[in-house]
Amino acid sequence: MYFYLKNLSATQQIGALFVLVFGLLLLASLTAFAFSIKDFADERLAEQRRASLHSINGIIRSSWLMVLVFWLGWMMGNRVALILFAVLSFFSLREFLTLSPTRRSDHRSLVLAFFVVLPLQYQLVWAEHFDMFAVFIPVFVFLALPVVSALTNDPLHFLERNAKLQWGIMVCIYGMSHVPALLMLHFPGYDHRNAFMVFFLVLVVQVCMVTQHLSGRWLKKKPVAPAISASFNWQSWGIAICTASVFGAALAGITPWVPGTAFAFSFIACLAGSLGHFVMKALKRDRGIPSWGKDGLAVTGAGGLLDRVDALCFAAPVFFHSARWYFNL
Amino acid sequence: MLAKLMSYFLLGLIRVLTGSQARWYGCPPKAEQRIYFANHQSHADLVMIWAALPKELRHMTRAIAARDYWTKTPFKQWLTSAVFNVIYVARERTADEDPLEPLLDALSKGDSIILFPEGTRGHAGEPQAFKAGLYNLALKCPQAVLVPAWINNVQHVLPKGEVVPVPVLCSVTFGKPMQLQAGEERRAFLERARAAVIALRDV
Repeated sequence: MYFYLKNLSATQQIGALFVLVFGLLLLASLTAFAFSIKDFADERLAEQRRASLHSINGIIRSSWLMVLVFWLGWMMGNRVALILFAVLSFFSLREFLTLSPTRRSDHRSLVLAFFVVLPLQYQLVWAEHFDMFAVFIPVFVFLALPVVSALTNDPLHFLERNAKLQWGIMVCIYGMSHVPALLMLHFPGYDHRNAFMVFFLVLVVQVCMVTQHLSGRWLKKKPVAPAISASFNWQSWGIAICTASVFGAALAGITPWVPGTAFAFSFIACLAGSLGHFVMKALKRDRGIPSWGKDGLAVTGAGGLLDRVDALCFAAPVFFHSARWYFNL
Repeated sequence: MLAKLMSYFLLGLIRVLTGSQARWYGCPPKAEQRIYFANHQSHADLVMIWAALPKELRHMTRAIAARDYWTKTPFKQWLTSAVFNVIYVARERTADEDPLEPLLDALSKGDSIILFPEGTRGHAGEPQAFKAGLYNLALKCPQAVLVPAWINNVQHVLPKGEVVPVPVLCSVTFGKPMQLQAGEERRAFLERARAAVIALRDV
């Protein structure tokens, strides 16, 4: 079986992967549907079941969407995938900045962030100018935005306002743009299989986050920083990272690495992702909201997109630059 | 045709920029004759509240715009008349015509209207005092249902004096309908209406 898959062409392998993932999703959807039509004698139990089914349905729906986006990106080629990620960047930055209220005098900087910095960053990925792409936001934009802000002649909370905008750009544009950038790297002996790298990164980070969530619930250990996260503790964090890294090592076949190296790269990605998610939680507490989306139900109507992608936004740059350094690209 | 395209373009644009979320709290969207009144902080308010209404209601709901400002250039005039089908109102009072005449006209035809009772765009957090128009309409047109609405965050999309909008999530909250009480004084009613709009900010 393994050798059969190994001998398929890259396209066939990726196709088989999608068939597998779509099959699993279909199975999950059907199971959820079967449970939803099941009758319960006890009304209270039924209520409980319905509530948990509702949240599971939410997860299944967002997984369908995610996989569909990936499939579309793969079908239509790297460039379309790049545009899809740019759109994702746009919406998550919108969410970030909605909940970090800005002043009127920030308007010009915001216009610059959304309509100049974001397209330029993705343009740099498109053109594969990786050296420029890596420094464009931390070096050039870091200076340019405060200049625009200062020109509006409003010193109130100047550092705070600029820091917020800078953070939003770093996480939502810089971080996110590293995911499609993986598609453009030319790994030696790994032609046209870059979609696997994106898949690998997303899957490993996702597994890490889910394991952390589940083991946190199961272990019920004392949280490390209860004021920031009621669930984050070192034990479940360690379990999650190790599980996800072992999982990554098992997936070594779809990466350009041997299992040991794949383990190390998964480890780095999960470290960055889970801690990044933790840091984003601190930001949310600072704004006094439980999630980027929950507040949305009350005020903004946001879908909580950032809650889903923040771990990826932190993991992607670390993963990308480690891989680039490793292969000397 | 062009007007239709323009309206689709503006609806799409406002959705991408703001998410244009409608939250019906005090009442469901319903095809009855209504007077929506809301806070006013930006030009985008009009498109925003319009986009928040279901498509079926959009056709029978007309906003009110100041004639002197919105007929200044041919483009502004085209935008307001052909695309939004607004009702023009004169801001300066002349002796011989009643400024509410066009509104009463539209109401008698069965249209609903969108009113910004502050009269002009404010930029403080709280809306300014409401003008008397709302009271006079409620008095002359008791069959119309008065629905308060709070437009949240739009001032960040397009502050007064800016040209390029930025994306920020916004929402429109529609509150519980209110009525002019028998014998209620003008000032008391306007204050009550303003309070109803402000109360929606924190729902």
